[in-house]
Amino acid sequence: MPGKTLYDKLWDAHVVRQEEDGTALIYIDRQLLHEVTSPQAFEGLRLASRKPWRVDANLATPDHNVPTTDLSGGVDSIVDPVSRIQVQTLGMNTKEFGITEFGMGDPRQGIVHVVGPEEGATLPGMTVVCGDSHTATHGALGALAHGIGTSEVEHVMATQCLIQKKMKNMLVKVDGELQAGVGPKDVVLAIIGAIGTAGGNGCAIEFGGQVFRDMSVEGRMTVCNMAIEAGARVGLVAVDEKTIEYVKGRPFAPTAEQWDAAVEAWQDLKSDDDAVFDKVVEIDGSKIQPQVSWGTSPEMVLDVNGRIPDPAKEADSVKAGGIQRALDYMGLQADMAISEIPVDYVFIGSCTNSRIEDFRAAAEVLKGKKVAATVEQALAVPGSGLVKLQAEKEGLDKIFIEAGFEWRNPGCSMCLAMNADKLPTGKHCASTSNRNFEGRQGAGGRTHLVSPQMAAAAAVAGHFVDVRDYL
Amino acid sequence: MDKFIKFSAIVAPMDRANVDTDAIIPKQFLKSIKRSGFGPNLFDEWRYEDVGEPGQDCSNRPLRKDFVLNQPRYQGAKILLARENFGCGSSREHAPWALKDYGFDVVIAPSFADIFFNNSFKNGILPIVLDEQVVDKLFEEVFAQEGYELTVDLEAQKLVKPNGEAIEFEVDSFRRHCLLNGLDDIGLTLQHADEIRSYEEKRRQTSPWMFNA
Repeated sequence: MPGKTLYDKLWDAHVVRQEEDGTALIYIDRQLLHEVTSPQAFEGLRLASRKPWRVDANLATPDHNVPTTDLSGGVDSIVDPVSRIQVQTLGMNTKEFGITEFGMGDPRQGIVHVVGPEEGATLPGMTVVCGDSHTATHGALGALAHGIGTSEVEHVMATQCLIQKKMKNMLVKVDGELQAGVGPKDVVLAIIGAIGTAGGNGCAIEFGGQVFRDMSVEGRMTVCNMAIEAGARVGLVAVDEKTIEYVKGRPFAPTAEQWDAAVEAWQDLKSDDDAVFDKVVEIDGSKIQPQVSWGTSPEMVLDVNGRIPDPAKEADSVKAGGIQRALDYMGLQADMAISEIPVDYVFIGSCTNSRIEDFRAAAEVLKGKKVAATVEQALAVPGSGLVKLQAEKEGLDKIFIEAGFEWRNPGCSMCLAMNADKLPTGKHCASTSNRNFEGRQGAGGRTHLVSPQMAAAAAVAGHFVDVRDYL
Repeated sequence: MDKFIKFSAIVAPMDRANVDTDAIIPKQFLKSIKRSGFGPNLFDEWRYEDVGEPGQDCSNRPLRKDFVLNQPRYQGAKILLARENFGCGSSREHAPWALKDYGFDVVIAPSFADIFFNNSFKNGILPIVLDEQVVDKLFEEVFAQEGYELTVDLEAQKLVKPNGEAIEFEVDSFRRHCLLNGLDDIGLTLQHADEIRSYEEKRRQTSPWMFNA
């Protein structure tokens, strides 16, 4: 019998029962909750007079609607009444059902996918779910983590299980050594550019190879975060010494004898040498360049020195139509150089890139420089209160502020414009977030996905530039 | 959930690939704490000329006349014909809620994004995957014939065209059973509560650190 993949092992360890047709009940170790996708689930429980199966498996924090400016008024700081009700509803629901919530004003509050790993609330070997597609982030710790819909949020609360069929195994192997100035975000954008936004549909993607072995755990989170942009609900990286070092000492992490036992169990959280994958994609890491997305789908991405595609040269009519629509929406012309695109807004934040290493990387580029006068707004939004405190301890806030950035409070911010931070119509934004869909950052807004370093360099230049010239 | 019964209805063609959930229901409408009322904001940015806000009366908003759902010939459509990777993007269940609230019971496409596919079944929407060539043909026929209807027979796993030609489709047997009988997943799972409890007890012994609060 061939060996098992990491996904096989995580799956097998969580099957409660399985039907003949493969439909299984999978036990869920941790559910993360936020204000947008949970209210209807709590309502469902109440209507059916059901209680959560295991209260302590749930952890909540508001993030999507939270303002990133002055928070001194707590929930009352939210000006939009509809947003305020949603955040208040999370507070009332978690209180009613006895679920721990890091509410507004708590230094542990932040973007749910930053908070989970930071608290040790997501651990290697766990199954982790959240009503948010970027839950794949937690796979960076060797956890089986995926986004679910609200009906499933309710299902997990009521039963501690999820009805699932096993996905296919896909390996994305990136070997070689990354060039200076090329980071995890560039790696994952290059992968999405290579395999497309449907490339991982139906699969759990394991990211393997030297590039991921060399990468920090936070970098792995950036990569796994965007597995969903490659179509895969699950992204995974094998557990190694870096993972264990990362988890150690975090508030929810095990201690004493339990720690020793956990570390021993976690040693097995990697694919066997003879494991068989249904699909394998190999990419040469040493050839990856800094990436910039030009269109309205994450697969519409180019090397920084690339040129915008020409729909007239695309044989497939559906694809050509897609390119033309994207060009029209983005206000770009075929064959333009990426460096010709002006940058009006800069956003460094989101569950993809708002951890301490992201701010360190951007600060390295910004130090002693100024944001270009043509840039209308540059936002730096830490992923959690604790990331913000750490950055301030290191003096990074001063570098951002002196350069002309606004140093904000934690939240999802301009990644999806459910709060006050919105990209205006027709404006181009260098954004470290994960989606460049039409209207994602604000109706009519034009998003370009980049790494924190590339966003910082674009802020200084006022248009896209190769960050390698700035290091 | 209502039982899924055989029906015939008009087909509306959504002729673009990678239709994402931000397009299906833009984020400003996600602030609702309810499950209903999303229909008027389905495809809001494509459908209306102005920018929609939650809680607004949509009946007097200016429509984009060229958008497919605004064309008179597709009024009353219950079947959406789409291209590859339909429903990509976020996990928001508001996407199927909006489609259902608008009146769609079936979406046909060559492929779907996984989370959307899954969420659809839980809300009484049947997503049907057909070969790309079959979908291409359907697009041609829908464009060519005003009032084009398909009959959806989930029991027999068949679509029937106006000319009587049938297209068979695959559907997961468990999901088919749940749709046909209008079954609630939670109730079904709780029938196995003892098995869940015994799994949990074992796990508490072997991996106690998973239970730290």
